Amino acid sequence: MSTANASKRHTDIKPKKADLAKENKLAINKSLSKDELIGYYRDMIRIRRFEERSLRVYQQGKIAGFLHLYIGQESIAVGCASLMGEHDHLITTYRCHGHALAVGMTMNELAAELQGKATGCSKGKGGSMHFFDPSKNFWGGHGIVGGQTPLGAGIAYGLKYKDLKGCCMCFLGDGAINQGAFHESLNLAALWDLPVIFIIENNGYSMGTSQERSSAHPKEGLAARAEGYAMNWAHVNGESIFDIREAVGDAIKLAHEESKPSLLEIHTYRYQGHSVADANAKKYRTKEEIDDYRKNHDPLNLYKEYILSKKLLTEEEAKEIDKAAKEEADNAAKFAEESPYPPVEDITADVYWETDNPDQRTSEGRMFFND
Amino acid sequence: MPKITYRQALKDAFIEELNRDENVVIIGEEVAQYNGAYKVTEGLYEMFGPKRIVDAPISEAGFIGMGVGAAGLGVRPVMELMFWSFSYVAWDQMMNNAATVRYMSGGLIEVPIVIRGPANGGTGVGATHSHTPENFIANTPGLKVVCPATAYDAKGLMKAAIRDNDPVYVMESTILYGYEDEVPEEEYVIPLGKADVKRQGSDLTIVAHGMSVIQSLEAAKELEEKHDIDVEVVDLRSIRPLDEETVIESVKKTNRALLVEENKPFCGVGSQIAYMIQRKAFDYLDAPVERISAIDAPAIYSPPLEAVQLPKADVIVKKVLEML
Repeated sequence: MSTANASKRHTDIKPKKADLAKENKLAINKSLSKDELIGYYRDMIRIRRFEERSLRVYQQGKIAGFLHLYIGQESIAVGCASLMGEHDHLITTYRCHGHALAVGMTMNELAAELQGKATGCSKGKGGSMHFFDPSKNFWGGHGIVGGQTPLGAGIAYGLKYKDLKGCCMCFLGDGAINQGAFHESLNLAALWDLPVIFIIENNGYSMGTSQERSSAHPKEGLAARAEGYAMNWAHVNGESIFDIREAVGDAIKLAHEESKPSLLEIHTYRYQGHSVADANAKKYRTKEEIDDYRKNHDPLNLYKEYILSKKLLTEEEAKEIDKAAKEEADNAAKFAEESPYPPVEDITADVYWETDNPDQRTSEGRMFFND
Repeated sequence: MPKITYRQALKDAFIEELNRDENVVIIGEEVAQYNGAYKVTEGLYEMFGPKRIVDAPISEAGFIGMGVGAAGLGVRPVMELMFWSFSYVAWDQMMNNAATVRYMSGGLIEVPIVIRGPANGGTGVGATHSHTPENFIANTPGLKVVCPATAYDAKGLMKAAIRDNDPVYVMESTILYGYEDEVPEEEYVIPLGKADVKRQGSDLTIVAHGMSVIQSLEAAKELEEKHDIDVEVVDLRSIRPLDEETVIESVKKTNRALLVEENKPFCGVGSQIAYMIQRKAFDYLDAPVERISAIDAPAIYSPPLEAVQLPKADVIVKKVLEML
């Protein structure tokens, strides 16, 4: 096969335990500066503290609907966003807070969006599942399982159409791989050589249903389904931001240089339920399993141990970064709390480009039917 | 003025817009090398090449969603559905993604996509291929939907749809593709949301869209010739945005309204128009608003029965005679 396994990486169904000291020596990571290495720690802990703070705000009844937390998966968003160049784009699922922070959206605008406030990134119109900032090449935040995958292929199509050397990283969960739209996207991406990287964040459970109970797949795992489309694929260890950077970096190179898609399966874990409303989060899996991940596989802890062992930070400096992240999250929650709700008139704004730009409207007639 | 077919008028609109804007790309099943399942895109592949005219696999959710994503980067995809009935496998992309991404991003994303194809029965293709979903589309804020009835309108509305910065869904008709109409050689664009009085009259207003306009005009001719009844025919052309003013003005003039559509009756387009008429012209009505739509069942295959199921001129004539 010419394109498959171009990266010659893991094809084992589950990668071995991370060894960050070793993985830091991989080509893509070797030249990282001290500031960059510390920056990854800061970015990961900011996501975790934001999510923990959001959970508390939710428990206080100030966030409506669902809240899908990213705790345990932070290395993925941070590792992938660290590789984004000018024409690289990102689109993801409803579990979108980590990606939004990783591309540079502020805690304030996200916290405010969670509370449905006018100061939110979507002016309170999207909520937890629908964060967007196209100015940061971040295309959401999508609520329907697998529904964003054709859009990811489309962003890649747009890049190719406009002769831009870039790619689209399209994230999905392991539960999305059985959706038809995903398979249609894989086919189009491979058929038309679209520079898209489908990244399965495999946390083991599609809501409450384990991978074993939801997905038929070859013995080489979910990513090996790419074989059916003659597409490059690899398994990636989500515990290690270095491993993620290496694998995703290879896929980006393939996208940039050969306009070829990839399917990556990053093995990870979520400590919380599918959403905070997932009342059975501790019933479909054992406490031992959750504890094992927290203790032995947590990407943030492993990374912290690594940077302390390399003396990039002292314990005291690491604590300061953590403290600053907590304060930032607290302040964001406060900012959200104190922000106004959008005015009622805003319900019918942002529906049509034309009604938002009345001086440039070319159509006539009635657009809304409220009477 | 030269007479051309509805099919040719659409093709001319594509050629003009493909030449005008390099971001316009036509994507769909069999649109390129096969020259179009209904020849609407015949010759375009040869003229514009594989970058601008793209054959898609039979994968509507995939390629329509792909168009929505590409539109975010400024591509202006014109997506052909071989039948609007096939939109149902792409519903999530069309109704969740295309319709709401602008809203949920607080207005940060534009989706300048056109989705087009035939939406009609009457051709013996059975229930799965005969859907007319304009009412579903019109029920969805964020989307626009137009149903051109003539070659002239098809061209002008298609050009407006392609230039529009919002998603516009255009419903054509495999029957109308072959109909001829006068179309000027010079360029023109018909704004969306503008109804057209296809026939002036004083006794009764028929409000219709798509194929039903043609049948209503046929009925109006017969009513005039055989019964000396002068019917006005208002072609909505665009369902959303909707030209209320033209409809209301006509009803105020004739004092009677008959709504004709191929859509099914329950929550069809006519339901909204009837509400609007009673709300805005109640005092002008001399009779209850009446309607004719498809008989409320899935599209039947059996050709003589399908002919009965759908509105046609003689039924319209009969209904008008009852109303006057």
